[in-house]
Amino acid sequence: MNFSREGSMSARINESTLQATTSPVNSVAAAKLKVEELNFYYGNFQALKNITMEVPANQVTAFIGPSGCGKSTMLRCFNRIHDLYPGLRTEGQILLDGQDINDRKIDINLLRSRIGMVFQKPTPFPMSVFDNIAFGVKLYERLSARDMEERVEWALKKAALWEEVKDKLKQSGQALSGGQQQRLCIARTIAVKPEVILLDEPTSALDPISTGYIEDLVNELKADYTIVIVTHNMQQAARVSDVTAFMYLGELIECDETTRIFTQPAHKRTEDYITGRYG
Amino acid sequence: MKNSATADNRHLLRASSGELKALKRNGMIDRLFERSTLFFALVVLVLLGSIMASLVMSGWPALSTLGLDFFTTDRWAANVEKFGALPAIYGTIVTSVVAVVIAVPVSLGIAIFLTEQCPMVLRRPLGTTVELLAGVPSIIYGMWGVEVLAPFLQSYFPTIFPAGTGLATAGLILAVMIIPFITAITRDVMLTVPSMMRESAYGLGCTTWEVVRSVVFPSVRGGMVGGVILGLGRALGETMAVTFVIGNNLFFSPTLTGQGTSIAALIANQFPEADGLQRSALLALGLMLFVITFIVLAIARYMLNRIERRAP
Repeated sequence: MNFSREGSMSARINESTLQATTSPVNSVAAAKLKVEELNFYYGNFQALKNITMEVPANQVTAFIGPSGCGKSTMLRCFNRIHDLYPGLRTEGQILLDGQDINDRKIDINLLRSRIGMVFQKPTPFPMSVFDNIAFGVKLYERLSARDMEERVEWALKKAALWEEVKDKLKQSGQALSGGQQQRLCIARTIAVKPEVILLDEPTSALDPISTGYIEDLVNELKADYTIVIVTHNMQQAARVSDVTAFMYLGELIECDETTRIFTQPAHKRTEDYITGRYG
Repeated sequence: MKNSATADNRHLLRASSGELKALKRNGMIDRLFERSTLFFALVVLVLLGSIMASLVMSGWPALSTLGLDFFTTDRWAANVEKFGALPAIYGTIVTSVVAVVIAVPVSLGIAIFLTEQCPMVLRRPLGTTVELLAGVPSIIYGMWGVEVLAPFLQSYFPTIFPAGTGLATAGLILAVMIIPFITAITRDVMLTVPSMMRESAYGLGCTTWEVVRSVVFPSVRGGMVGGVILGLGRALGETMAVTFVIGNNLFFSPTLTGQGTSIAALIANQFPEADGLQRSALLALGLMLFVITFIVLAIARYMLNRIERRAP
């Protein structure tokens, strides 16, 4: 199986094997998010079954698994986007820095500004490039015009989009190309300075070059943020993540450091999946 | 095109004679079918054209005799053959504008509730109620206006509505009539906003109001304007309900709450007993109303098409 994009993967695998000697699940890396006995129901259908795991801070955690295994559902539990829809039910706990995010005292809008999300398809808002970034910032911060300009520039640079759009800030965000739009959405998410960034198959609608940009971006962003990514592309999980969680039919089969999952998985199911036997 | 495809099939697949017969028969039925549907479609165009033509022809005597006076004078008196359409035009426009001004905020409120906040249990019954309201015959609104609304206004706000009936009362009734239209269209265009777009905004920490104001409304602005104009078009042409409550006063009273008339009400009241120039003048009025609503509806269509093309 060929994991590499531009042949850099083998080097990366060795490097990370050297760095991480113990499994990150029990390792020194502090857990940003802790999931404890989480069950999730769409009406009567149980989509997540008794999931317990940790998402280490400042690392990239990837969820992989066949369609319908619950990986997106899991991701959407982290910022309670499920709350928008009636008939959905969560049991168990998700702790963000030790605090239960499902606690009634938690302000859901504030929670979502702490845990940003990027979706499968680019969703630029019907406003200018500048306003797309400024919009989220304005929700919680009052900045002077100059500070706002700086923030927008900072976010666009962070998302590796600044050079391409610096002359188009007043144009509609919806006029950008698909790959640019997705980076705009990432910039928009970064601009509010969240602690965790959730990426739900962020490259599924993009061409390989744009995908490459976004994967590089994920690698750079983990220095400042905790990143959780759902992907149906195993090579992508291998390329970008430090920890991989394999889910199947609503259960967490295995969660371990990425190199181990892809080289010596503990479970037969994981091995079958990553070797392409089903999924 | 269909025929050449048939020929190709024969060549490529070496059809048997039985199959060839069937192909021929099917082809004939298909042609017949296509032509008959084309015919039905053309009927609509012919109808529209002939209505327009007959209005122009029958209204022409009045238009040519009265000239510009028809549009600019405010006296409509059949006994002295004076026909100034100003009171009717004024009444039509004022009642429609009042209706839109009242209906738009209410409709947007209902549509926002239905799409963004309404619990699932209520969504269906409420939506159906709105649609049912759109289906109530206008004469029922008219009777309700005379029996309930006008006396109510007269007894509770006698200074504003001295007679109960009047232009503003007609505007109110019209508002009630167009609210379901504007609501239904606004709700439908709001539903074209992808849920992922909403989730992105909520995901940034937006409240419902912020999502609606900054993301949903700007995405469907054209469609909403289209819906409002469609409602306006309906208000302009509404006859029965308006005739009941507008007061049918032929004297020009440039107020909001006074009694007046509208193009449709004037025609409904006078047409059965009119002849000669009066009849022609009423037909010319009808032509005007036709043209006004036609333009308004064309604008609405244009706006709605724009939103439909953009929706994925």
